[in-house]
Amino acid sequence: MADALKEKVKVSATPDGSAPPVVIDPNREPIVVVDDLHIIYRVYGAGGKGNANNALMRVVRRQNRPSMKEVHAIRGMSFVAYKGDAVGVIGTNGSGKSTLLKAIAGLLPPQKGGVYTAGQPSLLGVNAALMNDLTGERNIVLGCLAMGMGPDEVKAKYDEIVKFAGLKEGFIQLPMRAYSSGMGSRLRFAIAASKSHDVLLIDEALATGDAKFRRKSAAKIDELREEAGAVFLVAHQLDSIREMCNRVLWVDEGRLVMDGDTDTVVDAYVEATGK
Amino acid sequence: MNGNPPLAEFAARHGLKQSAARPPLGAYIRQLWQRRHFIWAFASAKSVAMYTESRLGQLWQVLTPLLNALVYYLIFGLLLGRSGDVSKYIPYLVTGIFFFHFTQRSVTSGAKSVQSSMSLIRALHFPRATLPFSYTIVELQQLFAAMGVLLVIMLGFQEWPTWEWVLIIPILLLQLMFNIGVSLVVARIGAFVPDLSQLLPFILRTWLYFSGIMFSMYTLSSKVPTWAMRLMEANPGSVYVELARRSLMGSYRHDLHKMTAKYAEQCAAGGTTHKQLVKAANACKQHAELISTDHMIWIYAVGWAVVAFAVGFWYFHRAEERYGRG
Repeated sequence: MADALKEKVKVSATPDGSAPPVVIDPNREPIVVVDDLHIIYRVYGAGGKGNANNALMRVVRRQNRPSMKEVHAIRGMSFVAYKGDAVGVIGTNGSGKSTLLKAIAGLLPPQKGGVYTAGQPSLLGVNAALMNDLTGERNIVLGCLAMGMGPDEVKAKYDEIVKFAGLKEGFIQLPMRAYSSGMGSRLRFAIAASKSHDVLLIDEALATGDAKFRRKSAAKIDELREEAGAVFLVAHQLDSIREMCNRVLWVDEGRLVMDGDTDTVVDAYVEATGK
Repeated sequence: MNGNPPLAEFAARHGLKQSAARPPLGAYIRQLWQRRHFIWAFASAKSVAMYTESRLGQLWQVLTPLLNALVYYLIFGLLLGRSGDVSKYIPYLVTGIFFFHFTQRSVTSGAKSVQSSMSLIRALHFPRATLPFSYTIVELQQLFAAMGVLLVIMLGFQEWPTWEWVLIIPILLLQLMFNIGVSLVVARIGAFVPDLSQLLPFILRTWLYFSGIMFSMYTLSSKVPTWAMRLMEANPGSVYVELARRSLMGSYRHDLHKMTAKYAEQCAAGGTTHKQLVKAANACKQHAELISTDHMIWIYAVGWAVVAFAVGFWYFHRAEERYGRG
């Protein structure tokens, strides 16, 4: 608790000294603006003595749950993404990449600062299972309906989605829990990509796919970019970042280290992490 | 609020909006209407998936309410001897159980609806109110299966179809509205306070016993004070059940008639001794109560449905942007 407080004071006292300044390009249409974003989230169930006695005493003394910890995951980030951008986000594990995407999607409330977007961002995460008990077939229909398509539109898109997901014969008839992680992520991506998104956020959702699928999804991402949306991609395979993105954000400990064109940033990152 | 005003201004100038904002109520209702196919498809998928792990499969849709009715018949009908309350106890009991269970199960599953769909919430963007809606529709579909059983029981006890059976459609619609409303409220609470699902079974069971499902509450009218009687009659747990019984069972309508006539007779008879006078006064009171209930019950049904639905929707929408955050 005390540590978290200290951190907060430290951050607000020296606002991202090392972060690159935001340069606004007046000729292009912005689609995502992140303005001095701070995210602190609470985690429950982190240790603590868990018996009934202690729980009762806590209620009596009106204390907070001791198992609650605060994590200051994003510490002042600012950048602007424009229409047609494919932005790669790189950084070590726990650097705040996924948190950043969740914040852009509007799933985590900012502690300070703000995220502004045109249209509704959609997040495609690696764990984002649809409904495991249901067949792939039903998941396609439900996923499309949930995104706001009408039944006729779903019928029209259905074959395209199945073809894009490229599942083995017969698997579409099986419940999704029988799928391998790669097959699951293919189907999820295929469903999400069937609709044009203003902002699509992809959080390592393609990592489990094979080379052929990665090629296909790269083409799809290009297509989405051309429809004047923006794509954010978190990935550890720098190859796919180089392949798909025109711009890269390097994130470390919740701060922006570098923001620029793909080759410059990736090269700097490789050098710094000693790969 | 903005540490860097030029950026926020720049965003506003290009018409960008706060990412986590909740849509205004009107737009929200439009989005929800657009998802009506999703609500139905999701509910059907859930219904199908519900029993896939068990060997008897969909048969449980019918077996569960039947076994429930059997347990209550053993305890209340045979052991406690309440079967004398009405002329046809088994259809009376089964109707009560089936319709009350619709509300009871809607509340239980509604409380978990947001919690158990976390992955879906985090994967796709859609109005979250579709979840409590869908979960209630699942229970409606379960009730349809139970209605098939009910039909067989009704015919078995010589309750032949009458025009009053048509009333079951508005009754079900009103009950559905009420259930969705309550479901929306508990869905919001359950999303932030998971402890609710531990507590709900006790609340719901108490509600069941106070709603006159296993016995006729009119037989209590001489034992409990008037206000308690009024409260039991007005409670939504019994309102929809009573309406369903009155529409489906000619024998129950006849029972109520007989009861009213008996009280009217006792009331008119008056008396000379103190004991007789008290009895007559009681009968007058019960007569008046039974008559007034007849009109009031539909008003209660509509009132509960409208109030629960409006309040539930408003309450659920107020936290829209916070569901699914971790």
